[in-house]
Amino acid sequence: MNRRSGTGYTGIPPWIYAIAAAGAVFVLLPLVAMVAKVNWPQFIPLITSESSLTALGLSLRTSATSTAACVVLGVPLALVLARSPFPGQRLLRAFVLLPLVLPPVVGGIALLYTFGRQGLLGRSLEMAGIQIAFSTTAVVLAQTFVALPFLVVSLEGALRTAGNKYEAVAATLGARPSTVLRRVTIPLVLPGLASGAVLSFARSLGEFGATLTFAGSLQGVTRTLPLEIYLQRETDADAAVALSLLLVAVAVAVVGLSYRRPRVDAAPEGAFR
Amino acid sequence: MTFQLDATLAARGFEVSLSLGPAETIAILGPNGAGKSTLLSIISGLLRPDAGKAVLGGRVLFDLAADKNIWRAPHTRGTALLAQEALLFPHLSALDNVAFGPRSAGASSAAARETAMHWLAEVDAGDLAARRPGQLSGGQAQRVAVARALAADPELLLLDEPMAALDIHAAPLLRRLLKRVLAGRRAIIITHDILDALMLADRVIVLEDGRISEAGPTRDVLEKPRSRFAAGLAGLNLVAGTVSDAGVTTAQGMVVAGHHDGTLGPGQDGVAVFPPSAVSVFLTEEHGSPRNSFPVRITDLEPHGDQIRVHAGGLFADITPAASADLGLTPGMTVHFVIKAAAIAIYPA
Amino acid sequence: MSLPRRHVTALLVAGALTAGLAGCASGAPGATGGSTAAAGGSTTPALTGTITVFAAASLKATFTKLASDFEAEHPGTKIALNFAGSSDLVTQITQGAPADVFASADTKNMTKLTDAKLTDGAPANFATNTLEIAVPPSNPASISSFADLARPGVKVVVCAPQVPCGAATDTVEKATGTTLAPVSEESSVTDVLGKVTSGEADAGLVYVTDVKTAGAKIKGIPFPESDQAVNTYPIATVGTSQNKELAAAFIATVTGSEGKKVLSDAGFGTP
Repeated sequence: MNRRSGTGYTGIPPWIYAIAAAGAVFVLLPLVAMVAKVNWPQFIPLITSESSLTALGLSLRTSATSTAACVVLGVPLALVLARSPFPGQRLLRAFVLLPLVLPPVVGGIALLYTFGRQGLLGRSLEMAGIQIAFSTTAVVLAQTFVALPFLVVSLEGALRTAGNKYEAVAATLGARPSTVLRRVTIPLVLPGLASGAVLSFARSLGEFGATLTFAGSLQGVTRTLPLEIYLQRETDADAAVALSLLLVAVAVAVVGLSYRRPRVDAAPEGAFR
Repeated sequence: MTFQLDATLAARGFEVSLSLGPAETIAILGPNGAGKSTLLSIISGLLRPDAGKAVLGGRVLFDLAADKNIWRAPHTRGTALLAQEALLFPHLSALDNVAFGPRSAGASSAAARETAMHWLAEVDAGDLAARRPGQLSGGQAQRVAVARALAADPELLLLDEPMAALDIHAAPLLRRLLKRVLAGRRAIIITHDILDALMLADRVIVLEDGRISEAGPTRDVLEKPRSRFAAGLAGLNLVAGTVSDAGVTTAQGMVVAGHHDGTLGPGQDGVAVFPPSAVSVFLTEEHGSPRNSFPVRITDLEPHGDQIRVHAGGLFADITPAASADLGLTPGMTVHFVIKAAAIAIYPA
Repeated sequence: MSLPRRHVTALLVAGALTAGLAGCASGAPGATGGSTAAAGGSTTPALTGTITVFAAASLKATFTKLASDFEAEHPGTKIALNFAGSSDLVTQITQGAPADVFASADTKNMTKLTDAKLTDGAPANFATNTLEIAVPPSNPASISSFADLARPGVKVVVCAPQVPCGAATDTVEKATGTTLAPVSEESSVTDVLGKVTSGEADAGLVYVTDVKTAGAKIKGIPFPESDQAVNTYPIATVGTSQNKELAAAFIATVTGSEGKKVLSDAGFGTP
C-alpha cells in the first residue's frame, strides 16, 4: 500500500480498511438518504415554523439543564466508583449503567412510578405542592436518567487511567481533599469529563422514549424536537425529515465542536482512548 | 524535636522502628520489595499500618494504640513526598506547581508565587517558571519537583529514589542540588545508589524483608558492613557465621580464616569481610594449600571498571581481563577462590 | 368461468359494483353479495394462499378475531396481520410494503392511498368510532360531562391534532365552543390511556372502543357532543396485491354480518 511519506507503520492489515469503509458507509448512508429526501425549497420555512423553533429551543434548554444535572450527580458517582472500593460497588456500577441498555420507554415507566402523581416520591412531592408530571422538569428528569451513565462511564474511565499518584503528591503538599479534587483531580480528567458531558448532552438531545412515556407532549413545555418529529411524521413527512436533519445538524455541531483530541502536552495519558 | 516512628503492617511483613534528629538526613537502602516505599507511605499517611505510633516535632502523626486511634490525614502531616517520577501537575505551569503547597496552606496567590519563584531560583530553575511540565526534560522536571516539595515547607522531606528515573547526565546535577538543599533539613531518602547515601545522608538504614537489618553512620556501614546487602553496596564480600579461634565458621561449615581485634569471643555471631581485589582465582588447588581456598562454581562474569568481576559461590573476585583469558573462565566452571587471611576483616555481626 | 367470476367478486366487495354488473351476482347488494360469493366458493375452486392485512391499531382485537374465524372457515388460507397507526401504515404501503388489504382508522389516511392510486377500487366504510371520556376508575376529578374537562385544575390529556383522535377532539371543541387546556397532546391513543391508567392525568379523550379494550383500568364516560365527530373506518384492497380474490373475501367478511357483530361488540358503530 502506498502511504504518504512521513507516516509510520500502523500495523493495520489492508482488509481492515475495507471493513472499516463498509462500517462508515453503513452509518453514513441513511443520513445521505435522509438528506436526499429533504424538500429543499420548503426547508427553511419548515424548520423555522413556530412549533419547530419552540421544540428546538426546548430541546436545547432541557438538554443543557440535564447535562448540568449529569455533571453534578455523575462526577461524585464516578469518583466513588473509580477511587474508593466498597462492598456492593460492582452492583452499584451495574445499576448506574443500566439505563444504557434499558429501552428508554422502560426508563419512562420507572420514572413515572417514582415521580408520577401516584409514584413513590411523587405522592410526597405532590403534598409539598411540587408537580413533576407534564412539566419541563419531567423532561429534564427523563433526559438525566438516560444520559447519566454516559458521563459516569466516560469519567470513571478517565479517573482509572489517570490513577491517583498526583492526588497523593498533592495531599503530601498540604492540600485538603476538596482542594485536591478542585485543583488536581478535576483538571486532570477534564478531557474525560468534557467528552462525558458532550455525550450526555447528545443523548439528552435525542431522548424520546422516556420523555414520551413520562413527561407527555405539549408544545413549549414537554414537546422536545424528537417528539415534534414523531408528531409531524403523522401528517407532514417533509416537516419530519427537515426537523430530523436539523436535529442531526445540531448533534453533529455539538459533538464535533467539543469532542476534539486534546492537546498532547496537557493530556493525562489515555484520557480520550 | 525529633521524628520517631514505630510501625507494623502484618500483610507486608513490615515492622520498623526509627528516629531522626531535627536536621538529620537518613538514607534507606535495601533490595526491591524490602518495604522502603511502604515506609514512606506510612509516614506520609497514604498507607495505614496495623499498629504503631509516629511523632513529628511534638505532633502525633498517628497513634494506633487501642485507646488512642489517632490518624492524621496526609495533608496535615507536613511530610512532603518527592517520588521517582516528578509527577508535576500537567495542567499547571512550573511556577504554579511550586506555588501549589503555599496556596494549599492558605497563602495568597501573590505570596504563593513569590515563594515559588524563590524556590525555583533555589533549584536553578527560575527560567523554567512559565513552562508546562510537558515542555521540561526529566532532570528539569525533577528539579521543579524538588522546589515544589521544599516550597510546602515540610517538617520532614520524603524522597523516594529521586534520581532513579534520570539519565546519567541529569542525576549528578540533581544530587549536588539535593546536597545543597537538604543541608540542615530533616529528610528520609530511599536510594539504590551508595553515592546518594555517601553524599546526602548522615546515617543509613538497611531494610531487608520489612525489617531493619543494619543501621549506623554512613561511613561506618560502608566500611564495616554487617549485612550482605550493605556489603554489596560497599563492593565487599561478606561471609556471616559464628566466630571461632580460626576465624568465622558458616552454617555450612565453611571456615574463613582472618584476623580480629581480639574483643570477639568464640561462639559470637560475626562476619568476615574482604574486598574482591583480595581474591585470587585458580583452576586447581595449589600454593601449598593456603588457609582460605574455596572451590566454587562460576555463575557470572561481568566487566567491572577495567577488571573482570567473577561471581561464584555467593562471592566475587576482581581479576584482570588478561588473567581471565589465560584461565579461560566461563560460567559453570569450577575454580578455586583463594584469599589471604591478612586481607580478611572479622567483626561482630 | 371461474376467472371472471372471481374478478366480479372482487369488484362486488370493493363496493364498486354498479347496477349493470349486479345481475351476474344474483342482484345482491354489495355486502351480502360478498358473503354469497364466499359461500359460492364451495362450487368454485376453494380460496387458498396468504394475504397480509394492514390495519389501524384500534382494530387489533376485532381483526384478530375476524382473521382467525376466517381461517377456520376457509382451510388453507392464512391472514397475516400488521397493526400500527394508520399514517404509519400508509407510509409503509407507499414505500412498497407487501400489503393486500388496508383498513384505516380514518378516511384521511385512506384518501392518501387512493390519491396515490394504490387501492384496487373504491374503499368501503365498515365501522365508525366516536370519542369518549376516559377517567381512572375512581374518577378523582369527578368528571361527568365534556364541559367538566375545561374546569381549571383538571388534568386532561388528549391526542395531538395531527392524529385522528386529536382531530376528532378538535372538531368537538369547535362544535361545542369549549376550549380545553390539555397538559399533554399525545401522539397515540395508547399514550393517552397510559397517562390516565397511571393516574397522572384526571381524564383523557379516546375512542369508545379504546375504553372498552382497556377494561377495568379505565372508566368510560359517554357524552352527547361526541356525535359532532364521527370517525369512519374504510377498508380497501391494495392495488399491488397478488391474491385479490382472497383479499376481497376477507373484506367481505369484515363488511358482512359477522364483521358487523364482532365490531359492534367491541363498541364500533355502523356507518
